[in-house]
Amino acid sequence: MEPRPRSFYILTGFFVLFLLFLYGPTLTIGILSFQGPGGGLTFPMRGTSLHWFRELFEQQAVGDIWGSFRRSLVLGLMVMTTTVVVSVIGGLAFRKRFPGSTVLFYLIVTALVIPSILISLGVGLMFDQAGMTVHWSTSGYGAQLTWTLPFGLLIMFAVFNRFDKSYEEAARDQGATAWQTLRYVVLPIIAPMLLGVALFGFTLSYDEFARTLLTSGSRNTLPLEIYGMTTNVTTPVLYALGTLTTGFSLLVIGTFITVTTYLARKRARAASDAGKGLV
Amino acid sequence: MSETIGEARKSRLSLSAIADKIAANKAVSGWLMAAPLALVLLLFLVIPIIMIAVVSFWRATEFSIIPDFVFENYEFLLTSPVTLTVFINTFKYAIVTWICTLLIGFTVAYYLAFHIREMRWQVVMFLLCSIPFLTSNIIRMISWIPFLGRNGIANSTLISWGVIDEPLEWLLFSDFSVILAFVHLYVLFMVVPIFNTMMRIDKSLVEAARDAGATGPQILWNVIIPLTKPGLMIGTIFVVTLVMGDFFTVRIMSGSQSANVGRLISNDIGLLQYPSASATAIVLLITVLLIIGILLRFVDIRKEL
Repeated sequence: MEPRPRSFYILTGFFVLFLLFLYGPTLTIGILSFQGPGGGLTFPMRGTSLHWFRELFEQQAVGDIWGSFRRSLVLGLMVMTTTVVVSVIGGLAFRKRFPGSTVLFYLIVTALVIPSILISLGVGLMFDQAGMTVHWSTSGYGAQLTWTLPFGLLIMFAVFNRFDKSYEEAARDQGATAWQTLRYVVLPIIAPMLLGVALFGFTLSYDEFARTLLTSGSRNTLPLEIYGMTTNVTTPVLYALGTLTTGFSLLVIGTFITVTTYLARKRARAASDAGKGLV
Repeated sequence: MSETIGEARKSRLSLSAIADKIAANKAVSGWLMAAPLALVLLLFLVIPIIMIAVVSFWRATEFSIIPDFVFENYEFLLTSPVTLTVFINTFKYAIVTWICTLLIGFTVAYYLAFHIREMRWQVVMFLLCSIPFLTSNIIRMISWIPFLGRNGIANSTLISWGVIDEPLEWLLFSDFSVILAFVHLYVLFMVVPIFNTMMRIDKSLVEAARDAGATGPQILWNVIIPLTKPGLMIGTIFVVTLVMGDFFTVRIMSGSQSANVGRLISNDIGLLQYPSASATAIVLLITVLLIIGILLRFVDIRKEL
């Protein structure tokens, strides 16, 4: 290997600073959430304790944190499932270049770039005028889909643009029906990417806030609860909640990465034996 | 028992025969498969936008909104001096954030794509960059408070180094903290598309340039940057639209002292002035779409995925 140029070391330094910029603040509130009972929102630490985490379990202190966590969790799973299914079917549809696909494509782009507050406002108004009550599992769910589906579809477009069509042709040549080709050839090949779509669907929904603001109704999701707390909570209990919910997100991300790596390894082990002389 | 299985098989066969026939007709099967997606977008994107457009011509009292066809919401919006200030403020945030994320995003993507030789390390480092993006935005925002506050880490460090005598007041609840938070939240939207485009650059082009005697900066300027343009454009679209549509970062990070268009809308919503909020929302939407329309002239996104 040729020696590293000097720019490599400068850029490595830059990258380390960048990571520090990304993670530093979160680590800070992670530390501050273990602040002693007399401590405030900034350093110095006045002792260490689990005081602020205990506070989280007391209804009066922080409101309905656990109820909102449950709602966010259920909503996240609903959005995740829908995102995966609709993105895969939608991604397959776009391979056919059907009439109207360009319009639909630009609608997806619009859903991605439209200011989130417009979705919140528009869906809220629509439900109001239709005489329906907004609820996180109906209007909130739909509003979040306008954010997660474009991401899911972008991933699917990227996947199918790199998909080797000869696998499908081989299956068809051997007499597989369209459904069999999809079920036994295409889906298993793109499965790891679907995990990526699922991860995006869940985490984007779990942390989504702007599009749920006017569409979740009287019962808050967790991000809305936190948003409300930023204005009236001035104790480290806010940090404790931040640490817990970030920890939960990291757990989810870690699980997805582990499963994906495991599947990739398994697949590599059970790879084709072509050319290895085994009959 | 065996009969039912046989029948189930038969009906499955005929079902799959129908499915195959539909699959044979590309247009019909395309529409069928795109239907769920189209339905969601119709219900929760198209109709809500139409709804906002309609309501922007309505009138409002203190408690309710009344169907009408008046231009007073737009008239008020377009003649109010506040509007101009707020729009200029919004553009200012967008431009400064765009420049910062562009420089940082390009550097990081360039490092990952051209200086990291092993695929495994590339994946690990890319994941390290992406993980914060999948955690809560609000928490990432408020995590700057202990950093930037009057008695925060930044101030106490600078004082202990003797750089300043008094704590800097402009670190938190200022334009500075708003832009810092924007860059922190959205820089990844720049890194990912640029990295994606860079990974597709044929490395032999860079080698050819080097063999022909080009220096490092020349290669960067004449080879890599032109080939990275689509990624730069897509990143720009993301960052500009996210910043222009934001309303809560500005509220939290400026301590309610600055305003942008998003806050104008959310304030009106808070006061139940939906027609006025709708009019502002429509003007914002048109502005954003115009900017994207211009940016899309430079890049064919369908080709870049």
